[in-house]
Amino acid sequence: MRMPTPDPLALGRYQQLIGGLRAIVPGEGVIVDERELAAYESDGLTAYRQLPMVVVLPDTTEQVAAILRLCRDLSVKVVPRGGGTSLSGGALPVADGIVLAMSRFNRVLDVDYQNRTARVQPGVTNLGITRAVEGRGFYYAPDPSSQIACTIGGNVAENSGGVHCLKYGMTTNNVLGVVLVTIDGEILHLGGGALDAPGYDLLGLIVGSEGLLGVVTEVTVRILPKPETARAVLVGFPTNAAAADAVATIIGSGIIPAGMEMMDRPAIHAAEDFIGAGYPRDAEALLIIELDGPEVEVDHLIERVVAIVEQRQASSIKVSTSEEQRLAFWAGRKAAFPAVGRISPDYYCMDGTIPRARLPEVLDGISAFSRKYDLKVANVFHAGDGNLHPLILYDANQPGQLEAAEAFGADILKMCVKVGGVLTGEHGVGVEKRDLMNDQFDEVDLDQQRRVKDAFDPSGLFNPGKMFPLLSSCAEQGRMHISGGALRFPNIPRF
Amino acid sequence: MVETIRATSEEMVAEAITSAYGQDRAVEVAGRGSKLPFGRPVRADMRLETTGLAGITLYEPAELVMSARAGTPLEEIEAALAANGQMLAFEPRDLAGLLGTTEGSQTIGGVVATNLAGPRRCVAGAVRDHVLGIRAVNGRGEVFKTGGRVVKNVTGYDLCKLLTGSFGTLAVFTEVTFKVLPAPETEETVVLHGIDAETAVRLMGQALGSAADISGAAWMPAALSEGGDCAFLRIEGFGPSVKARRHYLMETIIGSAIEATVIDAEEGRALWRNIRDVRVFCGRWGQAAWKLAVRPSDAPALLQRLSEQTDGEAFIDGGGAFLWLSLPCPGDAPAGLVRSLLPEGGHATLVAAPESERAAQAVFQPLPAPLAALEARVKASFDPKTILNPGRMT
Ligand SMILES: Cc1cc2nc3c(=O)[nH]c(=O)nc-3n(C[C@H](O)[C@H](O)[C@H](O)COP(=O)(O)OP(=O)(O)OC[C@H]3O[C@@H](n4cnc5c(N)ncnc54)[C@H](O)[C@@H]3O)c2cc1C
Repeated sequence: MRMPTPDPLALGRYQQLIGGLRAIVPGEGVIVDERELAAYESDGLTAYRQLPMVVVLPDTTEQVAAILRLCRDLSVKVVPRGGGTSLSGGALPVADGIVLAMSRFNRVLDVDYQNRTARVQPGVTNLGITRAVEGRGFYYAPDPSSQIACTIGGNVAENSGGVHCLKYGMTTNNVLGVVLVTIDGEILHLGGGALDAPGYDLLGLIVGSEGLLGVVTEVTVRILPKPETARAVLVGFPTNAAAADAVATIIGSGIIPAGMEMMDRPAIHAAEDFIGAGYPRDAEALLIIELDGPEVEVDHLIERVVAIVEQRQASSIKVSTSEEQRLAFWAGRKAAFPAVGRISPDYYCMDGTIPRARLPEVLDGISAFSRKYDLKVANVFHAGDGNLHPLILYDANQPGQLEAAEAFGADILKMCVKVGGVLTGEHGVGVEKRDLMNDQFDEVDLDQQRRVKDAFDPSGLFNPGKMFPLLSSCAEQGRMHISGGALRFPNIPRF
Repeated sequence: MVETIRATSEEMVAEAITSAYGQDRAVEVAGRGSKLPFGRPVRADMRLETTGLAGITLYEPAELVMSARAGTPLEEIEAALAANGQMLAFEPRDLAGLLGTTEGSQTIGGVVATNLAGPRRCVAGAVRDHVLGIRAVNGRGEVFKTGGRVVKNVTGYDLCKLLTGSFGTLAVFTEVTFKVLPAPETEETVVLHGIDAETAVRLMGQALGSAADISGAAWMPAALSEGGDCAFLRIEGFGPSVKARRHYLMETIIGSAIEATVIDAEEGRALWRNIRDVRVFCGRWGQAAWKLAVRPSDAPALLQRLSEQTDGEAFIDGGGAFLWLSLPCPGDAPAGLVRSLLPEGGHATLVAAPESERAAQAVFQPLPAPLAALEARVKASFDPKTILNPGRMT
């Protein structure tokens, strides 16, 4: 991965940097030992590695502010880091910068049940928030499948989604406020307890800004009452088009399921071979449709959904009648990534979004690319909102396959943009898709974004080399490759 | 009258702004003018109207998405949605009655520019939560786009959020794309009679945090409502679900000690339209209407302070998240006094007042200095010469 050329002046200020950081964060909070630094050399996009100059682990917002002022004064770059699960290389260190690791910010500060909000530090895991409030019947809705490991700070930076964001929204719709520290060490409160804060919606801008604008040191989220009940329907279809049509009809008829996931034949077979979830092997496409809410509502909607899919050529329909069965329906979907990892030495995961009506045509396009590049592909996706996760199967030990997989992936993302969709639905641009940004945006669009960046960080010290295309056109295009055993977080279910 | 340009295409908007940029001329941006008296008075050399830039350009009900040119009348959009059983879930307010403009004369561009969401705000989000993509012309005369037409999109900064609620001070929208949702099949409203604000806010909070899943929660004092002090709790959704949740609400949360009645969908729609459009304060010419935003549990004490220290009248919306306050003008309770009564973290917006009042007072809650400085830099990144609606948000 090509990164901006390290700044020799910044590298030359190493001793000053270490001294300054030690004065701010006493004790074990400044890591310089190369073996210890190695733990931070990459994130969920393991293909890329880079040791930072130093890793610092602050405990307080004031320390963060002092660190940022120091880095500004020394012209040293800053890569914020949460759980390190980014799949787009968002937390990839730079050689002439520090990693600002937020792992010590791990406390739930305050839960306000009357107002249904929780104030937490950014290093709290996504699931940690739900754990803190579930005793009172509440939960935090956005549920990325990395939720046991990813942090709310990372979720804010990536505007992460999950299976349930069809009904409950992405991170941006569930965050009420943040405390942001700027490169000048200014501590800003954006949003908070009262809705619709005055001025421009900087909170909305910060969510999804991939650590390029500032460091989040506190997050206030909305918590929701846990739905009384949830049930799922498992439906097989003879064609992808029939499944896509069913999805459109369900939503068009006024039903917003809590989640609606689709798998194609290769993904169904991989999952079935792996864990035997009871998926129909004869189906070309599978839908898992989950309804949640009060029991009467769920029962009522299940009836309507079943009636719809019956008329849309469903070849098999199963409705969960117990919590165990509902979870069993999900088990195959959750195991889809590792299942694919088992049948192929390597795979490469994409994350584009398309207008849902274009699904059959895009799947045909993906099949055509698959023939062209002579590589297999399995498709799993958040069908409700058109977010595709094609998994390209390849073998890095076969000459040329890696390059073919990369070209295949780029073709898929470009096709997503061409049919009216976007490069990334939830994983972020990071280093991975940075050089494809020109396919979705023209220079005027990108310049407007760059000027917004400059308004926060005129020297470009936050997370350089991410999100924006590097100016050179020969920049190598980065990709997420998962290689056999090299997959990080192997125990996390993948959606 | 200043010179008015009625743009009929995006190119025309770009040309007009480019020439204004070149000549350092200030531009007032307008749709149909329904909310022009909201914000501080703008001193402009010319006016740019988007009304000629109209029409729905994309509507895919099964994908829950619509795009429309910025000057498209809101009625046209709502009619198209209603024909497909859909709606704008953020429940746009029509404040014409407060502002002294013409009712039913909003454009979608104006709705997005002011981020004014109605009673469903507390559960469905504001306008900003529904905007997916925007095409616009910035203060340099450049046409740019941000976002897209799909719900799930994290490609680049979410400039849609910045632009929504920017009151025409960052860019002139030419086309907006937004998420639409199924309209509820039916609704019921539970009315609690003779209930004080504190009890009402507590019960509304419990209802919002429970399986009752209410989508509107307001409280009116006797002075503003025929039935005495009343709380209104709206339940929307599928028929069987609405009924079940109403039972749950009445039995588990409200109990038998409070007198409760139920109003049906039709009557309820009229009631919530009145709350949405702040009808109780309409026609009070010369008065000031404030919107106060607080943590819901802080609302009752704020109401108490307002009644002790001002001559105002107020009601509660959003389960306590918002108070609408009507005050005699001029001068009885200037911005400083209203804001001094706010709890920590609260903010106050002077939504409607005579022009002289809006010129003399801070309409929007002043920001702390470092934040104001950052906002000024963000503003300059779109509109470096401050030619778009100068003064409107300051
Ligand atoms: C197995 C697996 C499954 C996944 N499933 C999903 C999924 O279902 N949906 C989904 O959306 N994503 C998913 N992801 C991607 C990833 O988990 C999310 O992007 C997550 O939000 C990253 O959080 P993190 O704490 O690990 O952040 P990191 O990876 O540490 O950082 C991510 C970005 O956030 C920035 N950042 C982190 N903390 C802060 C802070 N406090 N202030 C400012 N910037 C900060 C970093 O600089 C970086 O740019 C998955 C990843 C894995 C490995």
